[in-house]
Amino acid sequence: MEETEIAIQENILEENVSQYFASTCNACKVCSPLGASVAFKGIKACVPLIHGSQGCSTYIRRYLISHFKEPVDIASSNFSQDSTIFGGQRNFNKGLDNIIQQYNPEVIAIASTCLSETIGEDIAGLIHSYKSQHSGENLPEFVAASTPSYQGTHMDGFHEAVSAIVSAFAVKGIQSEHINILPGFVSTEDLRHIKEILADFRLDFIMVPDYSETLDNPNWKEYQIIPQGGTSFSDLKKLGTARASIELGHILNQGSGTGRIKNVNLNPTGAQYLENKFGVERFNLGVPIGINATDKLFELLATLSNMEMPEKYKMERGRLIDSYIDGHKYVFGKKAIVYGEEDFVIAMVNFLEEIGIKTVLCATGGESGHAQDSLRQITGNKTLNVHQGLDFESIRHLSKTLKPDILIGNSKGYYIARELGIPLVRVGFPIHDRMGGQRILHLAYRGAQQLFDNIANALIEYKQNTSPVGYKYM
Amino acid sequence: MEKYIKERENQIATAGDQNFEMDCAKASAAGSVSQRSCVFCGSRVVLYPIADALHLVHGPIGCASYTWDIRGALSSGPQLHRLSFSTDLREKHVVFGGEKQLYNALTELIIKYKPAAAFVYSTCIVGVIGDDIEAVCKKVSIEQNLTVLPVQAEGFNGTKKDGYRIACDALAKLMGTSGNNNKILNSINILGDFNLAGELWMLSEYYKKMGVNIVAQITGDGRVNDIRRANNAMLNVVQCSGSMTWLAKHMKEEYNIPYIRVSYFGIEDMSDALYEVAKFFVNKEMMHSARSLVSSELKKLLPALSGYKEKLKGQKAAIYVGGAFKAISLVKALRLIGVQTVVIGSQTGSKDDYSIIKDICDEGTIIVDDSNPIELQYFIREKEATIFIGGVKERPIAHKLGIGFCDHNHERKEALAGYEGMLNFAKEIYATAMSPVWQFVRK
Repeated sequence: MEETEIAIQENILEENVSQYFASTCNACKVCSPLGASVAFKGIKACVPLIHGSQGCSTYIRRYLISHFKEPVDIASSNFSQDSTIFGGQRNFNKGLDNIIQQYNPEVIAIASTCLSETIGEDIAGLIHSYKSQHSGENLPEFVAASTPSYQGTHMDGFHEAVSAIVSAFAVKGIQSEHINILPGFVSTEDLRHIKEILADFRLDFIMVPDYSETLDNPNWKEYQIIPQGGTSFSDLKKLGTARASIELGHILNQGSGTGRIKNVNLNPTGAQYLENKFGVERFNLGVPIGINATDKLFELLATLSNMEMPEKYKMERGRLIDSYIDGHKYVFGKKAIVYGEEDFVIAMVNFLEEIGIKTVLCATGGESGHAQDSLRQITGNKTLNVHQGLDFESIRHLSKTLKPDILIGNSKGYYIARELGIPLVRVGFPIHDRMGGQRILHLAYRGAQQLFDNIANALIEYKQNTSPVGYKYM
Repeated sequence: MEKYIKERENQIATAGDQNFEMDCAKASAAGSVSQRSCVFCGSRVVLYPIADALHLVHGPIGCASYTWDIRGALSSGPQLHRLSFSTDLREKHVVFGGEKQLYNALTELIIKYKPAAAFVYSTCIVGVIGDDIEAVCKKVSIEQNLTVLPVQAEGFNGTKKDGYRIACDALAKLMGTSGNNNKILNSINILGDFNLAGELWMLSEYYKKMGVNIVAQITGDGRVNDIRRANNAMLNVVQCSGSMTWLAKHMKEEYNIPYIRVSYFGIEDMSDALYEVAKFFVNKEMMHSARSLVSSELKKLLPALSGYKEKLKGQKAAIYVGGAFKAISLVKALRLIGVQTVVIGSQTGSKDDYSIIKDICDEGTIIVDDSNPIELQYFIREKEATIFIGGVKERPIAHKLGIGFCDHNHERKEALAGYEGMLNFAKEIYATAMSPVWQFVRK
């Protein structure tokens, strides 16, 4: 891209975005307890509890159910006026009693909210006092994450929860053969695929969190009060004795731009904690979307397993390259707007770069302050327009000048694609208007294959539909 | 493990048990996975369909994000209600206060979107951090020469039903401000229909045919100026009594407008609604039109329904919806198509609602207030229900139990009210009950 063109584009961004200084319209993010709930759902026999008002858990359940199409039970401590004034201990204790009575879980995982944080609830203290009131009883394990919605987005909540799980449960021990895999917030199909790959490399592994089943179960013979699946407590304890951790994602919960005031010290990521505390070596890679990013993961797995890439993946990679070649002209030079969580956008844009699609706007609701640097560095494309803290109305506004050919992101951008009359390729989270959103595969060669086909076909279909001829060959 | 939380024992009854009084309208038990939402939600759902108003949520992003364009409440004109505005509070606002942010946001949005009025919803932390949203609303109101109404519905401050009341309060403040206080002949306000899937448009056709004038629709396809002059109507026709009874009572006191409670679901209740309105106006012609409307609709509908009744015979339904008054209509509508109700519950029913439910349900029907997934799945299995009627959060429970599901909540895209709606309802129930996919369940 020409320097002047970049300057103009950046000007447009500045001008348009500055109009939206005070309010957010159609946010491209949700709040942190949602992310924490997803992470907690990845623990076996766990019931999440949101320490706040009833609405927090119900809204989050509704949002997740519409995407995963699974029962998502999340309890609430159901704050009242009294709890807000005098503290939530009574409701907290009662809540734990009732969860234990109804669900008999192995783990209760607590996420705080803007309300409980603002009134200064000390959740660690509440857990401690509950435990001492019930000493001698067989209680579940507890873990708590600090996830006020005024701090970051659902992604911060997700990674805060992962960090909390790891630091609550991992213990010291003799180093063992297994590795840890911290995949980040990806689809249930992505999780299953990662497990398949690791198994094919004959690696003994612990995945945290693993909601591949809990949020995407088969139909049950008997109704399961707590859906099966998830990382077990005994596995979580072993995280500290792994020989390595693989953590996917660059931003994670390392956002310095989330407006922290009270607590400016960032928590370490899950794998950082394990490295600092137990010396478990941390390998940090991007989310593996596309060939380049996936190659890095497979190289690492080959090293860790001391094994060559299994034939199956060589074939998948080969077919993927073959299809890149077959379809390259359909996609080359096409302009895309990509939006979603920061790590997701980074990975997706990195993939688009390798197939020749020009991302004219990399938009995210996150505000880590690192998205632009990471993206430009990872892709090597110093001209990428990256904008953090954007809402959908700003994206919509910008799209009128940027004139993209395609939108790539979650279902919430549909109204923009509809208005522009261009295709939307649905990826990421949430997908609220289609079947199978939770089963979209994004990762590794197989995921890139599906993404490539979907994107190319969306562009072909657009061309076909807008042509007066009605071609049967494209 | 227990079937239900001990303190909820008095919120579960069985039809036929005469001595029982439902202990409802109370806060959800802590730790219960209640299907209810919060006070904020209650106010938001009621006011949401007012299409030419600005709805600004003052708080961190979640509350606005989760309520972005989720109701199927259609507008025939402006679509401003479908945008999700938030002050998106950050930690700095929590520490130093969010009033300035609110002021800026409100001012900016009013200038940009030129709404007919603005509603400002406070969320949980707004009161806690000490923002005086009333003062900000007043200031902006004067500066921008626009009605700006605070909706102080902090999530923790009661139940979803309290949110309804707070929304009604805001509506009451809007009323009587049109500058015109002349009564309109043969006129009604429609309270408590939200124009889901365009249902209100069907209903207004019925009323128009009867010669009834509609002053304000509160709040489906609602407009600020219509609500302002709602005091000029002669009668309030109230559906969704849980959310709107308070407003109807207020209007009776303030403007001497009587109200009737109706439901538009099912043939019986739909027809009764039209007859009751005609009866109120003591107008023979109107009654005649109502009768001929009903009979012409039934002529089309009944034969169409009979086929469904035949095929649905023996099906058993569980109902769990927001308002109990709707649940009552559903029992009757289901009976009409051969389906027996075996479990029935609501999030916000009143004692009176539950006592009606007890009277109309078959003996042995389980009746439950403010239930949760564990209870619901247990009741459904115990009573061997084959169809579950509820909302988004109930759908996966039904599907995991391997039984049919019909969405009767505010997100639905199918019109289920009125005569046409009754046929759609039968089709929906039929489609879920007769799907061949159940052959694979539990095999």
